[in-house]
Amino acid sequence: MPAEIWGPVFLTLRLATLSTVILLVLGTPLAWWLARAQARWKEAVATLVALPLVLPPTVLGFYLLIGLGPSGPGGWLAGLWGGRSLAFTFEGLVIGSVLYSMPFVVQPLRNAFEAVGDRPLEVAATLRAAPLDRFLTVALPLARPGFLTGAVLGFAHTVGEFGVVLMIGGNIPGETRVLSVAIYDYVETLQWPRAHLLAGGMLVFSFVVILGMTLLEKRIGRARG
Amino acid sequence: MNAPGQISARFRGRRGNFPVDLEFRAPARGVTALFGPSGCGKTTLLRCIAGLQRLEEGYFALGGAVWQDGRRFLPPHKRPVGYVFQEASLFSHLSVRRNLQYGQRRAAKGGADQPIRFDDVIDLLGLAPMMERAPATLSGGERQRVAMGRALLSNPGVLLMDEPLAALDQFSKNEILPYLARIRDRLPLPILYVSHDITEVERLADHLILLRAGRVSAAGPLEVLQADPTLAIARLPQAGVALPARTIGYDPAYGLTTLAVAGGEIILANDLQPAGAEHRIRIAAADVSLSRQPVPGSTILNVLPGRIMGAEPQEEFMMLVVIGLGEDGAGARIMARITRRSWDHLQLAPGQPVFAQVKSVSLTLPTGGADTA
Repeated sequence: MPAEIWGPVFLTLRLATLSTVILLVLGTPLAWWLARAQARWKEAVATLVALPLVLPPTVLGFYLLIGLGPSGPGGWLAGLWGGRSLAFTFEGLVIGSVLYSMPFVVQPLRNAFEAVGDRPLEVAATLRAAPLDRFLTVALPLARPGFLTGAVLGFAHTVGEFGVVLMIGGNIPGETRVLSVAIYDYVETLQWPRAHLLAGGMLVFSFVVILGMTLLEKRIGRARG
Repeated sequence: MNAPGQISARFRGRRGNFPVDLEFRAPARGVTALFGPSGCGKTTLLRCIAGLQRLEEGYFALGGAVWQDGRRFLPPHKRPVGYVFQEASLFSHLSVRRNLQYGQRRAAKGGADQPIRFDDVIDLLGLAPMMERAPATLSGGERQRVAMGRALLSNPGVLLMDEPLAALDQFSKNEILPYLARIRDRLPLPILYVSHDITEVERLADHLILLRAGRVSAAGPLEVLQADPTLAIARLPQAGVALPARTIGYDPAYGLTTLAVAGGEIILANDLQPAGAEHRIRIAAADVSLSRQPVPGSTILNVLPGRIMGAEPQEEFMMLVVIGLGEDGAGARIMARITRRSWDHLQLAPGQPVFAQVKSVSLTLPTGGADTA
């Protein structure tokens, strides 16, 4: 198979892996705060996080384009290493992915933390565990199903995103030409066999991901009784 | 400064819409029961002591160590408490062994001396066969035993138990009670035991604190409060007293044990040898009748001379009479629930000598040592 086909695949995997890692690192404290805080305005924050669920990707992409561009914060950030803009770069794509996949990671994590409840943490406190200790040794392991769901959904959603990528990434091979864009491109240029290959691959990938996740959740559920 | 060997607590504030003002002192040894109807503030009190809940005003000291006052507030993980919740609340992601080690390791790291040893707790609570199992595979009673072991292994200065039996069926309760008695008898650890079940309290407690609507209504040694006819517990249908008793003789021909209680002797149809063994017996007020002279030709084994120390009308036509055992009435106090008619016809009055006919005496739970001697 030509490198032309593998390029977008690897780029997509790199993008999705990196985005998922960043999302877990940022999403965990955010979801914890959303699950535990008493602040009234936390639902406003939760709504912001959830916006990509309903916003058309083009709207999100448009604002990201402005934000990442030369006169936005993205441009300033790029200036730190001599660049002019984060739009149409891999880094910009990562930032975009993190934002639009955020609800798919934060929501399952928040649900999982809420399901853990106060009691196990109170028990841990009476057993001399300090707050961070309680979080690491009780809340995180008990919320493990949420992490699994969040990571898989975040990864899969990043792999599948098209509209936002097109708006802020364009179609630069090796930099922003990810799978979904490549398929679109092949269809546009009537290269049907290649489009079939990538689209069929995505179909199998999605099926395996969802089936695997369902089976894994069932197994965890059984083990917990 | 709090006296050594004493627990002092005062918590004031609001819990939802209810004002709470709970203040008590209790000896820092034995079992102190916090007893009252649901919603009276028992659990709130325990949570405040553990630092899990904070009211506007709080003071708590165990012996010389002040955990909380106007300026200080030790966070829960710095308080040497063992907390047993109503539901066992084991960590579902850890095996029984790892659950037990959770508090133990952290307490050891904190530099606490460890008078309570791992193997002793395993023995005491019979946990050896379930060490590698997951909590989800244990029965309710087994889970609660693990939870008690886990709390003990954090080497607490006080054990807080919030209705540890309330979520269990009768079968599991009976399975757990002997273990509770063993903890009480074997470990030099004060226990604050929340319950709304008077029979549990009678079986375990030495000291009693009565709560009502966010306040402490009475506090004192169990047998003193039980024999106070003015308190709410005296109005319970099962009102009665639990008394310490010691075996002084056994008649093998009839299978009867003679027990000494303060100011009298009780005969019980049970083999409670050896002589000198300590027990706790229960005499219900409904099982005691009174007469002015010894009644000849009766089948009742226990007729105890005593003196009327007080009486309190109950409902419309009943009297609850407190009898001090012994000629002078200076012994243990028991209660008799009699009709107003009998009270009037026999012309009973405080100070009068009477004979208490005890129709039935029950043995509360055997003490912790009994089954492993």
